[in-house]
Amino acid sequence: MTSIDSAGLKRMFDEIAAAIDADKDRLCQLDGVIGDADHGIAMALGFGAVREALAQLDLAATGPTALLNTAAKSFLNAVGASSGPLYATAFMRAAAAVKGKAILEDADIIAMLRAMAQGIQDRGKAELGEKTMVDAWLPAAQAAGAAQEAGKTLLESLETALAAAERGAEATKNMIAFKGRSSRLGERSLGHMDPGAASAVTIIKAIRDSLA
Amino acid sequence: MQTKKIINDGNRSVDEMLEGILAAHPRHLRRADGSPRSIVARDGPRPGKVGLVIGGGSGHEPTFLGFVGKGLADAAAIGNVFASPPPDPILECAKAASGGAGVLFMYGNYAGDVMNFDMAAEIAAMDNIEVRTVLTTDDVASAPRDQRQKRRGVAGNFFIFKAVGAACDRMLTFDECERIARKANDQTFTMGVALSPCSLPQTRRPNFEIGPDEMEIGMGIHGEPGIARGKLKTADEITDEMLDKILDEMAPTRSDKVAVLVNSLGSTPLMELYIMNRRVKQRLDDIGVSVHATWVGNYCTSLEMAGASVTLMHLDGELQEMLDHPCDCAMFRAG
Repeated sequence: MTSIDSAGLKRMFDEIAAAIDADKDRLCQLDGVIGDADHGIAMALGFGAVREALAQLDLAATGPTALLNTAAKSFLNAVGASSGPLYATAFMRAAAAVKGKAILEDADIIAMLRAMAQGIQDRGKAELGEKTMVDAWLPAAQAAGAAQEAGKTLLESLETALAAAERGAEATKNMIAFKGRSSRLGERSLGHMDPGAASAVTIIKAIRDSLA
Repeated sequence: MQTKKIINDGNRSVDEMLEGILAAHPRHLRRADGSPRSIVARDGPRPGKVGLVIGGGSGHEPTFLGFVGKGLADAAAIGNVFASPPPDPILECAKAASGGAGVLFMYGNYAGDVMNFDMAAEIAAMDNIEVRTVLTTDDVASAPRDQRQKRRGVAGNFFIFKAVGAACDRMLTFDECERIARKANDQTFTMGVALSPCSLPQTRRPNFEIGPDEMEIGMGIHGEPGIARGKLKTADEITDEMLDKILDEMAPTRSDKVAVLVNSLGSTPLMELYIMNRRVKQRLDDIGVSVHATWVGNYCTSLEMAGASVTLMHLDGELQEMLDHPCDCAMFRAG
């Protein structure tokens, strides 16, 4: 059984910020092929702002819900763009999913992941197969939930989620974009990985790493 | 290799630009209190007037904030380069623009802008500000004719905002302003061509690849791929290709009137724009369509991208009146 408090959640966001920063150029290049080449910048800016905002918090006096809402607001106001509302909604839903808890246990962390995926889907109104970050987030959340129900440990569940996200991101290469800027490309979007799905994999991997 | 830019810090470019703009235009512009990315007309919002809030990513100057002023937009929310502003500055613009008669949100149809402006509209409603949204979709190349609602908003924003700003300035009702906004959008058609890429201040790398002898018709103002790439043609051939698409959709009849905008994407000079405009006028003369007014220059840019767009607005008496209505903005004046 793993359990994390607000300090653990902050470490998770720090891990994500570092991973996205290291991945920034690759994400921009992926976006340059089918979009406007700024996805890595936006994500790095957003998680950089989250890292700064969380560093200001008194972690002893801040519960997971308040921390996640701070993450949402700082990400949104730094970024705007598409990823701003999508990830801000994800973090607000995660905040709601763990409301009232000071310590998050295995089931809470999985519930958080599932709430994030649901929030992203609700805000962006994308379905599976439309070549967006939903193609990584949704299979990851489903796989994590199924693994947990099958009695797997948190790390095993996150491992399964990561593998599902990676398969989902890879599968976006064979999809035609229906949402966002790349949707105007039609069939010309084929063969290229969706940058939002690629960054989702990076985030899920960082979440796993921070709990390992 | 990195592109050359006159900047200090790529991450500070938008805020430093805003400082410079406010220093240059103190008579026209101010920031909303406590919201540095909300630029408000000094002489615009007033009781009983429908407020017009526009906005979007930076890098398209003078779009959007150059069109803030009396007779045009009341406020503009400023995003990062090519990225929608978040809801907070949009909400502050709505508050500043609100005269109690409703606020129109108008901006180009991009997924990110729609999510952020919609979130701001939801919060504004809780503050008792009624917001209605009209998206601009003038880019003919960005989706087929039967999917007009999927098209992007590009340089035609200029005509559409101008017409709606006039309607608001004339104290028309919320319903009337919205009706004119939808009509202005429906009657505005843009086609663009790109010759060379732009680069974001934060990356200073070209945002797409294009051969030294190539052009791309229909490319978007953020470098989104267009509809056809080919060898660079002559000004007349390029203009014809763009006008054929526009006129096919607009279907004007003899003695109809249009307004013309020949716009640079950033680094294409006036000389080339006027060469294109010469051809536009010849083609319109050939089919007996008269030009009510022409604007040529930088109206909706894409940083230092080379290329241009041609926009026609199909005028009726009402739209013509709205275009002729005086306005006084930081970067544009009429009447």
